Amino acid sequence: MIDVKDIIKPENLVFKKSKVLTDTPMHYCPGCSHGVVHNLIAEVIEEMEIQETTIGVAPVGCSVFAYNYIDIDWHEAAHGRAPAVATGIKRLMPDKFVFTYQGDGDLAAIGTAETIHACNRGENITIVFINNGIYGMTGGQMAPTTLEGMVASTCPSGRDHARDGYPIKMSDLVAQLPGTCYVTRQAVHTAGAVRKAKKAIRKAFENQKRKKGVSLVEVVSTCNSGWKMSPVDANNWMAENMFPFYPLGDLKDE
Amino acid sequence: MGKVRGAIVVDIERCKGCGLCVVACPTDTIVLADEVNGKGYHYAKMGNPEACTGCTNCAMVCPDSCITVYRLKPEKSK
Ligand SMILES: Cc1ncc(C[n+]2csc(CCOP(=O)(O)OP(=O)(O)O)c2C)c(N)n1
Ligand code: SF4
Ligand code: SF4
Ligand code: SF4
Ligand SMILES: [Mg+2]
Repeated sequence: MIDVKDIIKPENLVFKKSKVLTDTPMHYCPGCSHGVVHNLIAEVIEEMEIQETTIGVAPVGCSVFAYNYIDIDWHEAAHGRAPAVATGIKRLMPDKFVFTYQGDGDLAAIGTAETIHACNRGENITIVFINNGIYGMTGGQMAPTTLEGMVASTCPSGRDHARDGYPIKMSDLVAQLPGTCYVTRQAVHTAGAVRKAKKAIRKAFENQKRKKGVSLVEVVSTCNSGWKMSPVDANNWMAENMFPFYPLGDLKDE
Repeated sequence: MGKVRGAIVVDIERCKGCGLCVVACPTDTIVLADEVNGKGYHYAKMGNPEACTGCTNCAMVCPDSCITVYRLKPEKSK
């Protein structure tokens, strides 16, 4: 019979928290997808050995404090302006790895113009897009990405397209533009999905060396607090309701 | 051929008791403790340590990077 303490030894280590993550506990609600994606970005930066040469652009939204958790250089952008800020940084320092980290309110509402034009100009940046279908930070208001029928604090009886318009698929839109080289939709609700999402983020960073334009990784995510569900129920609800409208997989890979 | 043996160590004070690791574990190794940590969360722990295979699934889905995973090399896990 092997004792647990015979297994917990340095030579048997197979997984530990990335060195690129700080020890600061994250402020996110329990079970929030933002944390999982932060971990993946940190792991990719660690594995590519680019901690000293990566610059992140943080958004407004729950991930406004991303700079407290991933130990790289950061710039904070005004709400929605991250792709414009990243454009400036990348043009001045083309050898750095420059990425934005943005929620759906940030990228698909107030920042729609910045997103589309950075993608259409073909800036050599990476965009990580956390689509939880809601404005998490400000109390769960309807976002452009909110599904039809989905309940949010500003559409308590569900989104109705006659009144609220239709949900928008930003990844499908920017995949049409010649300035994007890689557009993919991922999730982080299971270990298998996490492994795929990590590969996608790695590829989106590697693409900056090829100078072929924007790589965008959408992560269909949960906001269990805003959705008013437990973290486990939120993941199940996402798989059942979000994936049919936001199907996972590559939209473009050139 | 014995089955692969693993073990996890949870950073109890970082854990927020979200339960995502519990459902991600294919071997039902993890439970949420009856006790709470300093922040009042029912933290994750091995309820069934013999079952762990060290597959790392729990650590991959943990939003707060609380889980460290160890796995015995196959020849030792008889
Ligand atoms: C110019 C401006 N307008 C509005 C706000 C209020 N505001 C803060 S966060 C946010 C939306 C955040 O939603 P999202 O980008 O989806 O991020 P999440 O919190 O869901 O991750 C809004 C509207 C602001 N801070 N600045
Ligand atoms: S409000 Fe939503 S997006 Fe924000 S930390 Fe909580 S679960 Fe995450
Ligand atoms: S996934 Fe992480 S934070 Fe959630 S219960 Fe498990 S160890 Fe705790
Ligand atoms: S390493 Fe795998 S088997 Fe062990 S507790 Fe985690 S998920 Fe379960
Ligand atoms: Mg959002």
